[in-house]
Amino acid sequence: MKAVRSMVLVSSDPQSMNQGAQLVFDRLQQELKAFGLESEISLSMVGDVGRHDAVPMVIVYPEAVIYGPVKPDDVHFLVEEHLYKGRLATSLQAPAKELTGRIAWLSARRGTLPAEQRVLLRRVGVIDPNSIEEYIVHDGYAALGKALTEMTPEQVIAEIEKSGLRGRGGAGFPTGTKWKFVSKAAGARKYVIMNADESEPGTFKDRLLLEGDPHSLIEALIIAGYAVGAQEAYIYVRGEYMLAQERLRTAIQQAHEMGFLGENIFGTNFSYDIHIHSGAGAYICGEETALIESIEGKRGEPRPRPPYPTTNGLWNKPTLVNNVETLANIPPILHNGAAWYRTLGTPSSPGTKVYTILGNVNATGLIEVPMGITLREVIAIYGKGMRNGATFKMAQTGGSSGSIIPASLQDTPMDFDSFNKAGVSLGSGALLICDDNNCVVDLAKVLLNFFREESCGKCNPCRIGNQRGFQILSNIAEGVAVLKDLDDLELLAENLYQLSNCGLGQTAGAPIKDVLKYFRAEVEAHIRLKVCPSGVCPMSGKKYHI
Amino acid sequence: MSPIKSLEDLKRVREEALEKRRVKANSGEIQIIVGMGTTGIAAGARETMKAILDTIEKDSLTGIIVTQTGGFGLDANEPIIQVIVGDQPKVTYGKVTAEVARQIMKEHVVGGKVVQEYVIQA
Ligand SMILES: Cc1cc2nc3c(=O)[nH]c(=O)nc-3n(C[C@H](O)[C@H](O)[C@H](O)COP(=O)(O)O)c2cc1C
Repeated sequence: MKAVRSMVLVSSDPQSMNQGAQLVFDRLQQELKAFGLESEISLSMVGDVGRHDAVPMVIVYPEAVIYGPVKPDDVHFLVEEHLYKGRLATSLQAPAKELTGRIAWLSARRGTLPAEQRVLLRRVGVIDPNSIEEYIVHDGYAALGKALTEMTPEQVIAEIEKSGLRGRGGAGFPTGTKWKFVSKAAGARKYVIMNADESEPGTFKDRLLLEGDPHSLIEALIIAGYAVGAQEAYIYVRGEYMLAQERLRTAIQQAHEMGFLGENIFGTNFSYDIHIHSGAGAYICGEETALIESIEGKRGEPRPRPPYPTTNGLWNKPTLVNNVETLANIPPILHNGAAWYRTLGTPSSPGTKVYTILGNVNATGLIEVPMGITLREVIAIYGKGMRNGATFKMAQTGGSSGSIIPASLQDTPMDFDSFNKAGVSLGSGALLICDDNNCVVDLAKVLLNFFREESCGKCNPCRIGNQRGFQILSNIAEGVAVLKDLDDLELLAENLYQLSNCGLGQTAGAPIKDVLKYFRAEVEAHIRLKVCPSGVCPMSGKKYHI
Repeated sequence: MSPIKSLEDLKRVREEALEKRRVKANSGEIQIIVGMGTTGIAAGARETMKAILDTIEKDSLTGIIVTQTGGFGLDANEPIIQVIVGDQPKVTYGKVTAEVARQIMKEHVVGGKVVQEYVIQA
């Protein structure tokens, strides 16, 4: 995907549409083409921009200049002046007015557009994943060489801490801190585990890394082992990822042949080996303690925490568990330094993030962008706009740890802290983009159904709570719920969070909370009026029984 | 290859591999890269690959290297292939079915003319 130098947004709320926004959009498309600008400038319809005094509006980023009301005949002049010659078309500017919340943040970034920055994916789709030679040509194993021959384990950990890297497995835990815990834990035998279970719905970022650049993960695992003082590593990879397993196996073998694995790596005293362990299809095995149980040959059920794996992990030994994408960050950080890494992303969440984009956008797939980009930008630039010019309604950020993000939060920077403050979560890096033909009750029902199926059943709150949640949501969708059910749902979400044994149950309530917080009117319409405003739910009048 | 025991060893291996590549590029060789991640394969990249290899064999073409790589992240456009002729910039094609692959082989790889219709931005 190519970086664009400008981004042009056209308002397409009902009022704008009445005033000819579609014509303006079409003319913009024609004019951009006529001036040969279509590959450098992205154009999209963005729904309601939060201001209706001069519609339709055309907003040009990165300068954040607002034009409006724009008539189709103004478009030629606007494109020629602003986008071709680079001067403001002042006569078309909307009356000066403070931008409110929704589009304010974009302009606050002052003149920079986020380009796709491939740090983790820079070799994916470029090299042959089955060739260690190509990996080495692209700076492969240089970070390992540097770490082993020029740095102490403490220095490696210090560098990772300085980089500010935070875990990409869902919770955003500071990686350097976790490494330090394991390195400081008592005991001579220690383990490193790469969590490649990736079973969050809609997420396949780890798969792309595993399939496209397996050696970078092998390199990261060796560095991690050296840093925390481990002798062995396990890769826990989900059973369905057969291609990834095959490529990892090849990579491990090649690394052995080249001496990156085995005895006395890089001529030092450090010896290390990596094993592959295939999962068998349970979502819960992505949870780190269930994963450890599974490697030990037991049923994949979470352990109570504390104690944490950092002190009592695999075979009860100190164990480092990191996500695939987290580990993919390690070689570039050591190769280029923590200071370089901090130039990417935001101060609280440095680096880039890999997202899978799915749903009602024109271009689906996978992107790697700096932390702190907004949903609006993701949709407009990388998703190439909403499909059929529809209006963006909500996004689901993927998996158990994800949230349902309403359109009102589409200008919130996507980094750990900003999302925390807004009360939502980045989840596993999947962005399911929904237009207004989707029903929020239906979406929540699908999510709860997933949790209900995947609950391991060990603790009651999660096993029964998810069943009950699914039942209530089904009744709402069938038009047989009563208003009191919403209070029950609210309490249920809270109980799931407070009482469940592990992250599965604890976060299963999140979509319910988001639905009640941001979409209450839509849910109540199902109950009070017995209509599904998006026309999705069956509303059959049949009661759902467990 | 002998095991790498130092940074110097690593550098040497890298230089050797780079040199091999330079020779390859200067010889005017043609490289065809097929995206073979799960998405690519699901969209039919294996058939695409097969069509390319068949064409090479049937028409006894020489000086062509066919390799695979991981996914490109452009899932909507799979299967994806890239064609690099000598030291010219690489051309990325999307939605390359077996049939399109044969067309690209004929017009671009043999004929030297880029098949604009299927070119995508990568
Ligand atoms: C139900 C559940 C499923 C999880 N699935 C995954 C997963 O598929 N992949 C993953 O990396 N982490 C998953 N996690 C998070 C892990 O428990 C753990 O926090 C993570 O691997 C730590 O890696 P990080 O510090 O690099 O983010 C899951 C957690 C829960 C509660």
